[in-house]
Formats: sequence, structure tokens, C-alpha cells
Amino acid sequence: MNRLSAEDVTLAYDQRVIAEQLSVEIPDNSFTVIVGPNACGKSTLLRALSRMLKPSRGRVLLDGQVIQSMPAKKVARTLGLLPQSSIAPDGITVADLVGRGRYPHQGILRQWSTEDERVVREAMARTGIADLGERHVDELSGGQRQRVWIAMALAQETPLLLLDEPTTYLDIQHQIDVLDLCAELHEEQGRTLVAVLHDLNHAARYATHLIALREGKVIAQGAPKEIVTAELVERVFGLSCQVIDDPETGTPLIVPAARRARTAVKRAAAGQDAGGRTEAKAGAREVS
Amino acid sequence: MKTNRAVRTPGGLSVRVDVRTLVVGTLLLLVALAASVVLIGTGDFPIPAADVVRTLLGEGDPGQEFIVTELRLPRVLVGLLVGASLGLAGALFQSISRNPLGSPDVLGLGQGATAGALVVIVLFSGTADQVALGALAGGLATGFAIYVLAWKRGVHGYRLVLVGIGVSAIVTAVNGYLLTKSDIVDAARAIVWMTGSLEGRDWDQVWPLLALCAVLVPLVLANSRGLRTMEMGDDVSYALGVRVERVRLVLMLSAVLLTASATAASGPVGFIALTAPQLARRLTRAPGPNLVPAMCMGAALLVGSDWISQRVFGAGQLPVGVVTGVLGGVYLLWLLVTERRAGRI
Repeated sequence: MNRLSAEDVTLAYDQRVIAEQLSVEIPDNSFTVIVGPNACGKSTLLRALSRMLKPSRGRVLLDGQVIQSMPAKKVARTLGLLPQSSIAPDGITVADLVGRGRYPHQGILRQWSTEDERVVREAMARTGIADLGERHVDELSGGQRQRVWIAMALAQETPLLLLDEPTTYLDIQHQIDVLDLCAELHEEQGRTLVAVLHDLNHAARYATHLIALREGKVIAQGAPKEIVTAELVERVFGLSCQVIDDPETGTPLIVPAARRARTAVKRAAAGQDAGGRTEAKAGAREVS
Repeated sequence: MKTNRAVRTPGGLSVRVDVRTLVVGTLLLLVALAASVVLIGTGDFPIPAADVVRTLLGEGDPGQEFIVTELRLPRVLVGLLVGASLGLAGALFQSISRNPLGSPDVLGLGQGATAGALVVIVLFSGTADQVALGALAGGLATGFAIYVLAWKRGVHGYRLVLVGIGVSAIVTAVNGYLLTKSDIVDAARAIVWMTGSLEGRDWDQVWPLLALCAVLVPLVLANSRGLRTMEMGDDVSYALGVRVERVRLVLMLSAVLLTASATAASGPVGFIALTAPQLARRLTRAPGPNLVPAMCMGAALLVGSDWISQRVFGAGQLPVGVVTGVLGGVYLLWLLVTERRAGRI
């Protein structure tokens, strides 16, 4: 049995239901990536898996226990999360911020052990920010700052690490940097990683396990090579495309169809669809 | 420059100390105590500082002893406790709301306590003790109202500040209404109370405040590591295993109690809660809520202001709230100007 899973969960913010009866297993030691169009519930699913959002029905299990019923610090020693929004306190140094990742391992009388010091040093070395220790976080570039936050999550020393869109707001070079780092963490340290990514090509290249969501439902899951096809992309994102082999890695590479080809497809669909209005509506939403 | 040191015992216990914070905190405490000694010596019957210390140690002459321990010491102690409570409450609220303006004065807790006191003065012509109780109840009710109104899947910084400002405006209007309804004697009494003064405070005000601080300060400090983490956002804190809503509830309740009881003891002394934490953190230059330095700064500011008001305007002439108001106003302007230069507003 896998360490982290969601069983028949219904996820909702107040009255707005995002997903119903959703079941997901995160394979142990995988680099799982969740993909899907905007508002398909991928970040919501990640929030539920990391116990930020309590499912209104169903349950999220961590090591066979309902995650909400476990002591907060115990969960925090097993499962880490890099959220989308985090605030660097005014005037904090890099080393100090990374050190705060040690919180679940500390107590009132165990505030800063030699172990804490060692782990923080390692986390900073691994993310390539060892030289920035005494710098203020607000002076850093976006790419460096994201590394600092990842280092903080690493200092938490959790076998499972969840990342919510870790590459947003980064330029292409830093996006690849961060993804390479994730792949290293997965390969070299055997951590289970779960990430929400926007870029399908990145997902197909780096993931060992892919979960494709649409409107709160799992459309497909499995190794990218096995599941990523033109039909799947069409079904999940409503985008006509070709899927070719990535010349660098041999993983699937999505090439969107030219604009003229896509408009032709859409026109044909609208014409043929005089009776089936729902599908045309779904098509319209995908354009916007 | 690295000032963060860890002190470790062979048993595996470790405590983290920021050297600069420790030095700043100690210095501020010394300033507060020194100002207290000077303040005790100030008045119609001046006593040299050395005699004050001797009397406090129990070796003074009986005449001085009466003046020091019965008349002036309780007043100064109330000042120290009120200042420390307000400094701590301000640091807590500013950290919870992640906003330097999110202090109890701005959120309307002071006004709420005032409303409670005014109700007792104007409608019931109550005694001083009843006025204090009314202030306490008013402060707690306002704190509760703000918490409930700002609640939406948890309490968040901006909403807290905005709701607080709204509540503050409403309560201020209520206070104005109560004042217009009162007769001239009650109104005069109310105005004096509303300015915030240490005049005539005795041991009856010291003990309840001291007892409350003895309970709340350790409680707050025990939760301070969670609070420090919460400055990085709720999501990060949850991920690190902080029980965010519980910590926030405990700390907000403590801050409301501290503010309400301090206000009950001395009237609403303005701007200490707003300025003390900010001044303290500019001295320590440490990130985080800086709770202990803010406490010491609050105590030093309040006793220092009281000394200024007595020194410049004569004993019993000017309530301390006027001085802290002037200091606070200047500070607020300075804060706005520097924040503007830094491009933050």
C-alpha cells in the first residue's frame, strides 16, 4: 500500500464543489506530477493531500491513518509542502529562513541542535545557496528565492514532499533548474515528490507518474510515455496537437496544432454540434 | 555578522539566543527601571535617586518610605505593567496581522474599552473599580466582535486590520454619543479617564495587572515559536506543523486581555502598542515578533513619558496619554515617510 492516498474525497470551498468522489494514489518513491487546465482542481487536490483543506467527504490517508487525526508535528515530519504563496519576513537572512524548516523537529527546550545545523547546511548546499547564508532574502532574485524556499522544505527532512507550482514566475532557465533539482531529490534521495505543474512538456519530461485532471476527475494516470497521446491532450485541455518524441529524452513532447488547423476543427465541431449544445459550450470555455 | 547563537547542554537540550536581541532587551529593561527610580524621586517632594533605591531596598527613613512605597511606587509599577502589556499586545497584533498598523489602538480595542468605561461613568455613575471592570468588559467584547467579523476560513491580516478600523469607527461614534448624553460632572470625569493617566494609581491596580501578566506572559512566550513561523504565511506554517488557528486564537485572546486590563488600569494610553514593537525591532534588527524587547520598550516608553509629563508640566498637570500621543504621532509620521521612501506604500 502506498503511503499517501485520497479515498473518495469531495473537495469544496464553502459551497463551491471542486471535485467529487475523487480517488488518487501517490506511488511511493515516484515523482508524481498533477496536470490539468486552470480550475480543474489540481492545486485543491494538493491542498487536500497536504491537509490544508479538509475534505467534506472521504478521507486522505498518510501511512494508513486519516491525516487530520494525526498530530500536526508528526505529519510535518513525514510530509512537506512548498505552497504557492509564502512571505519572507522583513530582514530575514537566508540561513535563518531555511532554519525555520526545522520547526517540526524542535521544541521549547530543543531549539537548535547540532543535527538542525547539519541538516540546514546540507539543504543549502544541495540547493546551491550555501554562499548566500548571510544575505537577506528580499535582496535575492526570483530564482534564488525559490531555491531558498525549497531548501527550507528540504530542511524539514520529510520523505514526502509536495510542491504547488514550483516554477511559476521563473524564467525558463530557472524553471529547468528547479525541475532538475526536484529530479535529483527524487533519484538520489529516494524522496516521493508530488508537484502541480502548468507546463505539460515539463511534466512529461520529469514525471515518473502523471495524473491528468479535468473538472475534478482523473482522466488518466500512469507513466507519461504510456498515457500522453494527442487524444488525451485533446480530452484534458481541449487542444488539438501532435505528440512527438522529445529529441533530448525520448519522452512525449506536445506540439500544439497550428492556429488554422485548430480553428477548422472548432468550426467543424460547432457546425456538427447543433443538437449537442453542451459540447460546444465546453469548447467555448476552453478558448477563454 | 552572525548574532544568532545556540546554547547547548550535554543532555541534548538547546536554546537559541540572538545576542543583539538579548543586549537590546536588557538595556531597555535597565532604562525602564532607571526611569522608574527617577520618576519615583520626582514630584512636589523630590527625593534623590540614591535615597529612592535605598528606600526600595528597605533602608530608607520612615518619611521617605511612606512617600515611596505607598504613594509613588504603585503608580510607577502600574506604569511599567501597563507599558509592558501594551508593548506585548501591540507586538502580538502586529505580527498576527502582518501589518505595522495592526496594533490594538488602530483596531479599536482601546476605544472598545473606553466605551465600556463610559457606559459605567455616564449611565451608572459607577465607582473607579466599576469603571475598570466596564473597560475590561468593553475591551473583551470589542476583541470578540473583531475576531468574529474578521473570520472567514481563518483570520487573515488585511481583513483583521480593515474590520478593526471599521469597528473602531463605530465604537468611537458610540463614545461620542455617550459623552453628549452625559452631564457636565460625568463628562469631565470621562474626559480625564479617556486621556489615559497614571494619577492616583495605587496597589489595588497593581495586583490584578501583575497576576494577569504572570499568567499571560509565559503563555504567550510558549506560543511565540509558532507565531514566528506564522509570519511566513498560513500555508507554510501548516506545512511545518503549527496549529495555526489555535495559536492565533490563544495569542489574540491574550493580546485582547492584556490591552483591556491595561486600559482598565490606566485609561487608554495611546500609541504605546503601536510604537513600542516597531522601535524595538529597529533596535534589535531581528526578524520575528520581538516580543520581549517590545515589552521592555513599552515599559520604558510609558514610564519615560510619565516622567516627561511631570518634569515639563509639573506633577498632576498633564496626563501621560497626552505625551505618548504626541510621541506616537511623530513616530507615525516618521514611519509613513520612511515606508514611502522605501517604496512600500
